[in-house]
Amino acid sequence: MEAPRSYQTQAIIVRQTKLGEVDKIVTIYTPEFGKLKAVAKGACRPGSKLGGNVEPLTYSLLMLARGRTLDIITQSQTIDGFLVLKNDLWHTSCGLYILELIDSFTVENNGNRPLFDLLLDTLQRLCQADNSETVLRYFELHLLDYLGYRPQLHRCVSCNAPIKPVVNFFSSSQGGILCSHCSQQEPDSRPLSVDALKILRLWQSCDYATAKRVKVKSELRSELEQMMPGYIKYLLQREVRSMAWLQKLKRESIVDNNCGRN
Amino acid sequence: MIITAEPVTKLVEAFNKLPGIGPKSAQRLTYYLLGRPEEEAKVLAEAILALKEKIRLCSVCFNITDCDPCRICQDKERDQSKICVVERPSDVLPLERTGKYNGVYHVLHGSISPAQGIGPEELKAKELLSRLQDGSVTEVILAANPNLEGETTAMYLRRMILPLGIRITRLARGLPFGADLEYADDMTLSQALEDRQEF
Repeated sequence: MEAPRSYQTQAIIVRQTKLGEVDKIVTIYTPEFGKLKAVAKGACRPGSKLGGNVEPLTYSLLMLARGRTLDIITQSQTIDGFLVLKNDLWHTSCGLYILELIDSFTVENNGNRPLFDLLLDTLQRLCQADNSETVLRYFELHLLDYLGYRPQLHRCVSCNAPIKPVVNFFSSSQGGILCSHCSQQEPDSRPLSVDALKILRLWQSCDYATAKRVKVKSELRSELEQMMPGYIKYLLQREVRSMAWLQKLKRESIVDNNCGRN
Repeated sequence: MIITAEPVTKLVEAFNKLPGIGPKSAQRLTYYLLGRPEEEAKVLAEAILALKEKIRLCSVCFNITDCDPCRICQDKERDQSKICVVERPSDVLPLERTGKYNGVYHVLHGSISPAQGIGPEELKAKELLSRLQDGSVTEVILAANPNLEGETTAMYLRRMILPLGIRITRLARGLPFGADLEYADDMTLSQALEDRQEF
C-alpha cells in the first residue's frame, strides 16, 4: 500500500539553515521517525505562518507533506515554546548544547521514543528552577544509555574486578571505569573520586526526581563537568562547540556560581 | 572538440558560481551580454572591480563603505549618542528606509551561534564595547534579528553593556503587519501582549 502523502507528528526543532531567499531547512527530532530534515517554505518572511513555530528550541505539532528529497512542512502549531528558557542567556545556551548533542549523536529516520521523551523532559526541566548542571549531566548519562554508549561504572572494564571505594580512573576509549592497577596501562584515563563515581552510578540508575535531590558540592560538580564532556568528545571524535560556549560564559562570570537563572 | 569559444565558457563558469545561478541561467546571462553593446559590458565589469577595490569596512561602525569613516558616521546632523546594533550591513538599509532613526549604527557582522562555533570574538563585539567607553553614548538599541541566535547575541551584549550604565533597548517584538493572529506563534504573541501600548 502506498504511504499517505501527508502525515502529522510532534517535533522538537533542533536546527535550521537558510534555503534560498525565504525558505529554511529545518532539522527536527520526532518520537516516531527520530531525526528528520524538512523544508519550511517562506519561513523567513515576516508574516510567515510557520516562522516562530519552526525556530530551534520549540516543541511543535507539524503537518508534513512527502517531498521527493525532503518533506515539506505545511502546517505548524507550537505546543511549548520554552519561553522561560529563551529569556535567559545561560538556559538558552544549555538548551543549545542539548540540541547539538541530539543532532550530533543521532542519524535520520531512526525513531527512538525514550530519547524523544528524555529530550522533551530535559528542556522542560531547564525551564523550571532546577540546577542546570544536574539537568545537563543527567541528560548526558541517559542520552548515552539510550544510544548504546552507557559507561560501565560497576566493574573494571579491563579486568572485570569489582571497583573498590578508592580513587579509580575513567577511560573514554574503554567506555568505563578502570581499577588503579589496570589504569597504568591506559595513560589517557583520568582519575575519578569515590564521590563522583557514586553520583554517576546513582544518576545512571535512578529517576530524575531522585537525581535532583542530590546536593553536589562545587568541586564534585566541576569534576563531573570535565569527565562527561571528555567522554562525549571521544565518542564524537570532535569538540562539542556549545560546551565551549557554556564554559566561556562561566569563565566570564556571566552566570552566577550556582548556574541558576541570571 | 571545442564547441563554444573560450571567453564564453569562462563567463558561463563565472556566473555559475554565483548563488542561485545554475548552468542554464549562466548561459542565458552570457548570451544576453554578448548581444549588448560593449559599453554596457564595460560598466558591469568596472562595477564588479570597484566593489572589490573600493569597498572596505568603516573603522567606526564597521558598515561597508567607500570612504572612511562612512557617510553616516561623518554626518554631523545625526545623533552620535545613540547606537543601533545590527547583525549585518544589509540590516542598516531597511532601518534607514523607515526614516525614523537619526542615530548611528554598529554592524556586528554575524550573530552568536554556539553550535557553529561563532562566539563574540568572531563578531565586532569588542569594538562595540570600546566605542561605549568614553561616556558619550546614552543609548544602545539592540536590533539583532528576533530569532534564537539574535536573542542570544542581544542577551550577551546586554550583560556586557549593563555595567557601563548606558540605557539598553531592544527593538519591539510582536505581530508583523499583514499577519494573522490565528497563525502567530507563542513567543511572538506573548511578546505582543507584554509590549502592548495605549491606543
